[in-house]
Amino acid sequence: MSEHIAPLKLYAFVFITLLILTVVTWQIAYIDLGRWNTVVALVIAIGKASLVAAFFMHLRWSASMVRLVLFAALFWLAIMITLTAGDFFSRGHVQPWQASTQISQPMRSATLR
Amino acid sequence: MGMIASRREYQLHNTQTAVYEQFDDRTQQHEASSLGMWIFLATEIMFFGAVFTSYTVYRNLYTTAFEIGSHHLNTPIGAINTAVLICSSLTMALAVHAAQTGKRKQLMAYLVSTMLLGCVFLFIKFVLEWIHDYKEGFAPGLHWTYAGPHTNQVAMFFCFYFILTGIHATHMIVGEGIMVVLLYMAWKGRFSAERYNPIEMFGLYWHFVDIIWIFLFPLLYLLGAHF
Repeated sequence: MSEHIAPLKLYAFVFITLLILTVVTWQIAYIDLGRWNTVVALVIAIGKASLVAAFFMHLRWSASMVRLVLFAALFWLAIMITLTAGDFFSRGHVQPWQASTQISQPMRSATLR
Repeated sequence: MGMIASRREYQLHNTQTAVYEQFDDRTQQHEASSLGMWIFLATEIMFFGAVFTSYTVYRNLYTTAFEIGSHHLNTPIGAINTAVLICSSLTMALAVHAAQTGKRKQLMAYLVSTMLLGCVFLFIKFVLEWIHDYKEGFAPGLHWTYAGPHTNQVAMFFCFYFILTGIHATHMIVGEGIMVVLLYMAWKGRFSAERYNPIEMFGLYWHFVDIIWIFLFPLLYLLGAHF
């Protein structure tokens, strides 16, 4: 049965959990955890998003093909972020003024040759 | 089935069976519409994902500047807006529930509450935040007066802030418009316990916009709260 009617108690539970998690993530942000601030904030955000998707968006009871669409999108997103970040953080950042010299140098030598 | 003469007759025929003629049964029809909506949401994930990706890159390149920029945002207002949006998600879920159980008046009441909560969110965003940020001189290109350290990189953070909250607010405004149409349809009695797909599919859209905000709140507001 794909057209599932969720019990109202479950909605209330999800709603209260979402509000509690919002207060938690907001208050934790005032504590200095160094780089862990971002990690904690993102983990809580993923948890909240999963609650909304699973119960408010009925993914818990959806056909597996519907879930496949979501996971495919998240998979492509992960590829986009991983490859882009890998490129930026492994090659080092080039400032605009450095970029112009780096490009112009070989070009000048090419014209001289 | 026999011949269907007019559009009115066609609508009557379909209200009775609640299945469009290209589908075998209600389950297939329901899965088809869910699948279509989720494919649209997948494109939305990629649309927002591109901005999130560039955000990730520049957040890591200019960590300090992004924390300074984030520090100038009003975190309590962001948290209140998150709560407002979660409330609107609940009323939307309840609207779908009312549609599924064929309660027309409840459906209309929950749709109106969702619309009002959406308007509260937009009011806070426009009036209490954007206009305030603009007056403070945090609008890159329009009115940028921040002269502290890393001014160019902080300007970049505010570009992300205005673009991300801007396309999110655009989605909310579009949603409000669709809800006006849905409310009119509900008032006209177009939905029943057998036929409520538009309400449910719009619910998916509204919850998705909520999920986007669930990520925007920590990414924009919570970075620089701790100093």
